[in-house]
Amino acid sequence: MTVMSYLGAIGAAQREAMEADERVVIIGEDVEANVYGTTGAGKSRKDKGDFLEMFGANRIRNTPISEEVIVGAAIGAAMTGLRPIVDLSYSSFLYMAMDQFVNQAAKNRYMFGGQASIPVVFRSAMFYGLNTGAHHSDRPYPMFMNVPGLKIIVPSNPYDAKGLLRTAVDSDDPVLTFEACLLWGSKGEVPEEEYKIPFGQANVARTGDDVTVVAISSAVPEALAAAETLAGEGVSVEVIDPRTLVPFDTEAVIRSVQRTGRLVIADPAHRTCSAAAEISAIVAEEAFESLRAPIMRVTTPDTQIPFSPALEKQLYPNRTKIEDAVRRVTGLMANTLNTELTSPAPRM
Amino acid sequence: MDLSSQNLLEMQRRMLRIRRFDERASKMVKRGQIPGTVHTSIGQEAQVVGACMALGDGDYMSGNHRSHGHPIGKGSPLGPLMAELVGKATGVCQGKGGSLHLADFAVGSLGESGIVGSSIPIATGAALSSKVLGNGKVSLAFFGDGAANQGCLYEAMNISGVWNLPVVFLCENNQYALSTPAHTVTSGVIADRAAGFGMPGVRVEDGQDVLAVFEAVTTAVERARRGEGPSLVEVVTYRFNEHSEGLRLGTDYRDAEEKAAWVERDPIVLFRRHLEREGIATAEELDALEAEVLAEVDEAVRFTDESPYPDPSVAFKDLYTEPIGAIA
Repeated sequence: MTVMSYLGAIGAAQREAMEADERVVIIGEDVEANVYGTTGAGKSRKDKGDFLEMFGANRIRNTPISEEVIVGAAIGAAMTGLRPIVDLSYSSFLYMAMDQFVNQAAKNRYMFGGQASIPVVFRSAMFYGLNTGAHHSDRPYPMFMNVPGLKIIVPSNPYDAKGLLRTAVDSDDPVLTFEACLLWGSKGEVPEEEYKIPFGQANVARTGDDVTVVAISSAVPEALAAAETLAGEGVSVEVIDPRTLVPFDTEAVIRSVQRTGRLVIADPAHRTCSAAAEISAIVAEEAFESLRAPIMRVTTPDTQIPFSPALEKQLYPNRTKIEDAVRRVTGLMANTLNTELTSPAPRM
Repeated sequence: MDLSSQNLLEMQRRMLRIRRFDERASKMVKRGQIPGTVHTSIGQEAQVVGACMALGDGDYMSGNHRSHGHPIGKGSPLGPLMAELVGKATGVCQGKGGSLHLADFAVGSLGESGIVGSSIPIATGAALSSKVLGNGKVSLAFFGDGAANQGCLYEAMNISGVWNLPVVFLCENNQYALSTPAHTVTSGVIADRAAGFGMPGVRVEDGQDVLAVFEAVTTAVERARRGEGPSLVEVVTYRFNEHSEGLRLGTDYRDAEEKAAWVERDPIVLFRRHLEREGIATAEELDALEAEVLAEVDEAVRFTDESPYPDPSVAFKDLYTEPIGAIA
């Protein structure tokens, strides 16, 4: 084992994937200069130089600021023999290429009757919680969950970031990976040897008996912190990190809820049609008889993200909100005390 | 341009295939035998075949909603194409694509697109893969005068220029985006836009002349194959039918005289005259060729009629390369 940052783990996964398969190329804005720190040689930077020196300009390609053609060309390249990793930097930039994601990446294999395989990975970072304002703070993974044909991953720690990205590159279908910038600096143990984490297998980040908390992306460390606090109050919380939203490990969540009888979902996306909304629906349909309390969602309210730290900080799921939700579903807190947790924020 | 008699006859054969296939498809739409919408290439055969035959068998292309001509021009067999139009299991896309989304990877057809301009980046990406893999393949993006005003074309031209990609941007300027005359929504000349990206841009004024199209596109393809980068070729042509089959607009947006003048310049009739005049083939031989193509279309329809519809379970297939769990 070695200790690595989330960002370092992504860089290591990209390096391993580039070394393992010559068809892997990295395409994106500023990838040559290793601006985001994922296309560099890390500790051996001095000896080896960055990816550009290691793999050459044919495989490490800076792009113009043209998301539509970056995404479309990566799809076309994937349909004809390459396995591109596309760095789109900010998740909000994905909208510039929406047609290519929805009409080409997601549909080409299906509508051409299986003739195409589209092995391409689209990486993007969600800069929420960092005072970057409304244009940079989006958490848009639920929009893409609504597009059949795409795979969606949301790694929450360095170990998962590395293992899931290796699997993403191996996938013959388009994969979108959403990285929370709040997690970039987080450190964790990562094996020295290569490993891959299968999609559709949730990680039980903490076992518990009273309440299941399904947490997504940066909500995972918050849920773990909440669980620790709640343990002191005698409440045993199980924290499940789905790791991949498409495919989604329904079974792991159902199994847990059947044991605990209570479900809280912490999802940094906007509330309406969030991943949390979908997970709530699945559990309501498939495990209703196990539920001893209403399912609670802890999400970002349906408002845009303001710039001022005084305004932004309160919006995302944090340990306090998760704790309160758990107290409510366990009856430790009266329902009336904290209506803002469940009621949609007024849109004025 | 040194073309064997065999190639010249093949050009005529492919133009005839497109014409007779689309004529039949048009009839089948009117009889209710083809569901959905169909856009024919009737009148544009020279532009399509001239471009397709400038490509090699292994080369790639992508297209648009006026979709049947492209794979036919690239050599795709008619049976699975017709079966696809009807939605049969033996369709080239197993009945999942239909007229708007034909693709035949076996002939390098990476797919037609129902979204105007959307397949241009796909062809650009195919050119990127040939460049990175060094396999010498060229890629061609078909798009209309309507798509010439989509932003993705210019993103694609720019990135192809800086990456020196082996791609040909082929604008099929049939002068109307549905009812909208191209000149009323297009500033300047489409071919001239190439200059802004430092690539050659040529305009084939007579897109009804298959050899003129072939020559212009061959120049672009050869340049791409030599590693000298992308080109833009604009071909001026005309569709003889309505925008889509069965479409009835209250207004006639095309001048009758203009239409008659273009219909007079039927690319198949013109090329037949050329073949006879140059002694490439006799009238009898060309009649026989026409009969052969008609028989091919008949056979494609017979194949379609005899084919089963897909099993309903096929609706849930091929979304992913391997099933990822139950589909809700």
